[in-house]
Amino acid sequence: MAIQIRLENFSGPLDLLLHLIKSHEMDIYDIRIVEITEQYLTIIEQMQQLDLDIAGEFLLMAATLVHIKSKMLLPVSEEIGEEEDDPRAELVKRLLEYQRYKDVAELFQQLPQLNRDVFSGKLLLSDCLDDDHDEDEVVIGIYQLADAFHRLLKDKPAETFHEVIRESLSVADYIDQIADKLLQKKRLLFREIFSVELSFDELIVSFLATLELVKMHIVSIDQMDDFSEIWLTLLISHKQLSSLSLEKGLLGYE
Amino acid sequence: MNNLLQLVEAFIFASDSPISLDRLSSLIEQPKSQIRPILKQLQQQYETMERGFYLAEVAGGYQFRTVVELAPWLRKLSKDRSPRFSRAALETLAIIAYRQPVTRAEIEYLRGVDSGGVMKTLLDKNLLRILGKKEIPGRPLIYGTSHHFLEHFGLIALADLPTLKEFTALDPQLVTADPLTPGSGEAL
Repeated sequence: MAIQIRLENFSGPLDLLLHLIKSHEMDIYDIRIVEITEQYLTIIEQMQQLDLDIAGEFLLMAATLVHIKSKMLLPVSEEIGEEEDDPRAELVKRLLEYQRYKDVAELFQQLPQLNRDVFSGKLLLSDCLDDDHDEDEVVIGIYQLADAFHRLLKDKPAETFHEVIRESLSVADYIDQIADKLLQKKRLLFREIFSVELSFDELIVSFLATLELVKMHIVSIDQMDDFSEIWLTLLISHKQLSSLSLEKGLLGYE
Repeated sequence: MNNLLQLVEAFIFASDSPISLDRLSSLIEQPKSQIRPILKQLQQQYETMERGFYLAEVAGGYQFRTVVELAPWLRKLSKDRSPRFSRAALETLAIIAYRQPVTRAEIEYLRGVDSGGVMKTLLDKNLLRILGKKEIPGRPLIYGTSHHFLEHFGLIALADLPTLKEFTALDPQLVTADPLTPGSGEAL
């Protein structure tokens, strides 16, 4: 049997083992340990040769299989009345149990899922993107955003004095500020959020606030070309923003 | 009574999540015995009318849901909203659904793999919730499925899930055997 098995297709060593048992048409209650261990190890070895990272769990299972195999190969004790537990028992139990959850997982996949098979009308407005907005802009990734911010920080002149008093800047407040600016203009340049007068700390808090807004799907960020200006667009309406109570504690910055 | 039917229907429509019979009863200030037949009536009416949505009983309450056959059209509404579950996520959900309350260590033992990432995603999607802490060294968190889990998969209650017996039991005997308790056996 061609061993073109890819570990990524399996959600774990138990999954892989079940596959091997089935494809070799073994009886799960009487697993041919020697054969299965060999198959399993060959796969692991192939992966290693291809220089792929193998999750620790797969290696642990390899060790387990070898351990069970060695126990099976030991001569059975000849003392009267001593019953040897089948060294495969624990593994078999685990495999059967896992199989059940695999089946349930399949069932879950088939159930009528919200927003896939049935809809109850509670989609956020941000889910229905305007078509005319979609085509042109490239949604930017975290790298470009970080890069843009980095350039902003570099441009900022170094502070010439030492501030002894620590101001506590609240991310939540900055979120409010940025949201307010957007309410007026709906679409803002990234640059416009970060005016030159802001101190270093304020710049950082503003950046965090922007990230939070993106995370909450209140704002989207996009860019026309690589390295061009980054735009922030308000995704929700006026009314929705004012009714949105930004629970300061929930942000996790306190 | 026309008014009662209208009220029940309106409450279900306006509610942002499935609304229970108890809740309806207290909001409308009528006994459940009065409301139950109304709900039945509504369900039947929607069914015979063949509308775009029907009255579903889900997550211990009632909710209007679009008809499954229309799904391919309606999917246009939710571009990326509907979470597509990985097998890892579904397996983890399966374990938690049946084994709750359950700790992360127990989940990882049953799956045979590290499950931290998957669990965080499921928590973020509000399909899991933290039930508390287990009174053992380390006081690990205990997990269970959330109310939203029932709503998402269209289940009325956890008891709605088929019993594990009904699944591919290769040996009926083994199904009635002691449930697997992680940590009680020797470490593999």
